[in-house]
Amino acid sequence: MRRQLAIMRQSLFDQGYLDEQFIELEELQDDANPNFVEEVVTLYFRDSARLILNIQQALERKPFDFNKLDGYMHQFKGSSSSIGANKVKAESTLFREYCRSANAEGCLRAFQQLKKEYATLRKKLEAYFQLARQTGPLETASRPK
Amino acid sequence: MMLGNCATSSSLSTTSDEDIVNNNLTALVVDDSPMIRKLHDMHLKKFGLKVQVAENGKNAIDLFRCGASFNLILMDKEMPIMDGAEATRELRTMGVTSMIVGVTSLDSIFDRQAFMEAGLDHCFTKPLTTENINFLLQELNKNNEEN
Repeated sequence: MRRQLAIMRQSLFDQGYLDEQFIELEELQDDANPNFVEEVVTLYFRDSARLILNIQQALERKPFDFNKLDGYMHQFKGSSSSIGANKVKAESTLFREYCRSANAEGCLRAFQQLKKEYATLRKKLEAYFQLARQTGPLETASRPK
Repeated sequence: MMLGNCATSSSLSTTSDEDIVNNNLTALVVDDSPMIRKLHDMHLKKFGLKVQVAENGKNAIDLFRCGASFNLILMDKEMPIMDGAEATRELRTMGVTSMIVGVTSLDSIFDRQAFMEAGLDHCFTKPLTTENINFLLQELNKNNEEN
């Protein structure tokens, strides 16, 4: 099971879902705080769900307020960077570019893609932490190969 | 000044001189994001600092008005009730000489410059990295030696 956990973790990096910032989180986890990473990630999904809802609601109002949309996405991107959510962060950047060029179609497309990546990441991390709880955490945080 | 407790770390087997120095350092994390507060709290505790958190600039000001003091303040920019720039200006007006470090996701140079001009000592992009914290602790320890 430990091996399965390690493989699952490695694939999150190899497939680009996570970046080095996630490793920084892992390096902060210790025996006194054995669930630190999961706790931070849980807070991220809680915070970011609210931001996604704000963006969703803003995209339902016409004409688009691109400044407001950019502002929300800026916050979302910042949060996503903090846990190393690499693909989600990339989609956020793309969305912001569309905001800056006032491209409504682009914003809508980018937001759909972002929600897909976000949902995938959430599913993968939930599965990872569920297995980690059964297995016990990996001993050391290692840089992705 | 609040005394610090040495945070345990599984990566350290002995207490270094640096840990002893950092033991006396206190920090205040000011951010409206619970995730960022938790992250920076843990990060600083790993380095041996004693940490408190505040949800916005007004709460940070209130702590100082109640007599608290900190060597280091990590200040977010965008917060409800009172933002980081306003809180920083107010703290400096109150005569607070703590190291105040902006930690922001602002990407406009203009916005960051405006934040610095509020009275920051440094400004970093969120989230803080180990390198950032090492740098800040070196600066803090340098300041302590000079005083």
